Amino acid sequence: MLAGVDLDVVEGEIVLLSGPNGAGKTSLLRLLSGLLALTSGEANVLGHDLAVDRRSVRTQLALLGHDTFCYDDLSVVDNLRFAARAVGRSKHAAVEAADRAVERVGLARQAHLEHRRLSAGQKRRLSLGTALVRDARLLLLDEPHAGLDPEGRDVLDALVRDAASDGRTVVFSSHELDRARGLAGREVRIVAGEAHGGRFPTAAAASPTTSTSGSGSVSSAADEPVAGVSAARAGVDTEMAPGDAHEVSP
Amino acid sequence: MRLLREAAVIAGKDLRIEARSRVTTNQVLPFGGLVIVLFAMALDADRPTLTRVAPGLFWVTILLAASLAAARSAAVEIENGAADGLRMSSLDGASIFLGKAAAVAVQLVGLELVLGVAVVALYDVEVRSSPVMIVGALCATVGLAAAGTLFAALASGLRARETVLPLLLLPVLAPVLLGGTRAWEAGFEGTPSDGWPWVQLLALFGLVYGSLGVLAYGSLLEES
Amino acid sequence: MTTSVSPVRGSRDASARSGLLASRRFVSVLGWSCLVSMALLVWLGLSVAPTDAVQKDAQRLMYVHVPAAWLAYLAFGVTAACSALYLWPRTRSLHYDRLAGASAEIGVLFTALTLALGSIWGRPVWGTWWTWDARLVTTAILFFLYLGYLALRRVPDDPQVRARRSAIAALVAVVDVPIVHFSVSWWRTLHQEGTVFGEDRDAQLDATMAWILLWAVVTFTLVYLFLVLRRYDLAGIEEAADERQLERAIVERRSEAASSVVAAPEPVSVAVGAAPGSAP
Repeated sequence: MLAGVDLDVVEGEIVLLSGPNGAGKTSLLRLLSGLLALTSGEANVLGHDLAVDRRSVRTQLALLGHDTFCYDDLSVVDNLRFAARAVGRSKHAAVEAADRAVERVGLARQAHLEHRRLSAGQKRRLSLGTALVRDARLLLLDEPHAGLDPEGRDVLDALVRDAASDGRTVVFSSHELDRARGLAGREVRIVAGEAHGGRFPTAAAASPTTSTSGSGSVSSAADEPVAGVSAARAGVDTEMAPGDAHEVSP
Repeated sequence: MRLLREAAVIAGKDLRIEARSRVTTNQVLPFGGLVIVLFAMALDADRPTLTRVAPGLFWVTILLAASLAAARSAAVEIENGAADGLRMSSLDGASIFLGKAAAVAVQLVGLELVLGVAVVALYDVEVRSSPVMIVGALCATVGLAAAGTLFAALASGLRARETVLPLLLLPVLAPVLLGGTRAWEAGFEGTPSDGWPWVQLLALFGLVYGSLGVLAYGSLLEES
Repeated sequence: MTTSVSPVRGSRDASARSGLLASRRFVSVLGWSCLVSMALLVWLGLSVAPTDAVQKDAQRLMYVHVPAAWLAYLAFGVTAACSALYLWPRTRSLHYDRLAGASAEIGVLFTALTLALGSIWGRPVWGTWWTWDARLVTTAILFFLYLGYLALRRVPDDPQVRARRSAIAALVAVVDVPIVHFSVSWWRTLHQEGTVFGEDRDAQLDATMAWILLWAVVTFTLVYLFLVLRRYDLAGIEEAADERQLERAIVERRSEAASSVVAAPEPVSVAVGAAPGSAP
């Protein structure tokens, strides 16, 4: 869970969240994606105040989680098409987006294989594909390197760099620190539900990152925080819910 | 209509999953057939008795099958965190409910057709007035699919407990059992005027649970 | 700063934890009045009440059967009301959820009691333990309906999530009650005229019987109040215990994380790459 996180992210940034297992990286990403409710504090993502509205932001970002969010009995393309249609693409656009994504994540040969027959690495790629078809401004990737083969990791890194050079923002967590640090523009360490280095270093703090003078207009990239979280406390990880605590006890 | 278009996307997805996995055709349908045969064995295949209770046995079978179909429909959203995917989509809770209920309804109509033919053949009954039976079955299907989808979502939180669903759902479906049975009795006995009021009850049930699902499904998806 | 939809802890404020609806003193006074009132009822029902001309002593079961049935309906009504109050954003509180659960448990208990007493009464009067009377069938279905509700409540989850789910289930279930009642009575009237407890039977009660019945209803309502308050407090204690366990798990986890930081020689915060943000 999160115990008072401060974090600012500006457009086009690639931010790495590092830290030990269970420190709150997944919770933070779920909070940013609008899935996890804020207990207290403030969170503002893509211009939406998450304390007020957690739904609107979701369609504008992509979350790559531990789960693939895919259906076991649907094929790779069918899963991708559904993912595209679920964010409101037309049938035609969904077919095109799915075909493009299949190529980019390197699953062309498995395109008609059901999800359940894919290997762990292929599932990971498919999951990345469902994030791609959403054409989102903000990509939240929870340990995207986990389970991928070296080739898959290269594909992932290339996609992340492409996304950033398109002006998209990427926040990801990883335990592959050498690789991840080469990819990221900034590292934020999460320990025991608190972020270290989440605020900008002093040099950047002088620039008007948190000023709201733009008030919602799409101003120049560096000025507008894509995501701002302050003193955020949020929930309990699913594996830590009270029910479990209860079940574990004799 | 955005609602209907979105519902069609969901229904299409669920039906495609069924077409690929064939859980309803390969598991639920044979289960229903088995129940019908078991009933006949329990009643000693005594033809007059069997003929008299055929409508009731048929609808008990459909209720059990509906409970399974609804559980399956909810289960596909649990695997791989698909429900999180739906939460991240722009689809409205109401259209997700309508889509999932529609997919369950389509599968139930298929089950009713096959099992209905089986009952007519095995229990020695004669269809004398089919309109009241067909309309009754369609109205019952709407109610079964709506209540089933709603309760399956209620029972399938993060920690799914499959055993809760039948206990929760079957008492709620008691009016559908009564209505369906009376409507089909009327159809078998050739006295449709006895059956139509029950068809109205079935339609009312479908309407009530359809509306409840449209209202409640979004918040269920959000929090569980 | 506080958000109303937070899943845990924040909204489980101190008052929700201590969570007493009524003072201990009130509850214990209530408990004693229940005992006294019940003793009085036993005396009234067994020796003061006149013996029924037709049913003889078996009719005395009415003094427990009817109030038990009344209580079941009262309890389920309270569950529905509390569920609605929980779902209404301005009155959302785990107090209502806990009350809804407590009331439903007692409702199920009294529904079972109603069915059992009805059955015992039915044996000498109708010559059978069970008859497919509309009221009996409706009550039996009600019993299973709320048994399902309680099973759902027992599925462990985050308190707010579980509360929301249970509240929706309770309301969806209560909508079913009139439909079940209507369809069942309609079904039975096709087969037999009227119900076993016809209107005329109620009208035959003489004044003494009516007064004792009223006393029984009051007594049972007191018992309900007592049970529901005690059950509510117990649920509060259970939740507090769960929470303490959770806090302990969190502390453990945090100390684990802290020790791993101490072990690592690297600085706590690292900023790789100086300037945040790059032009697209």
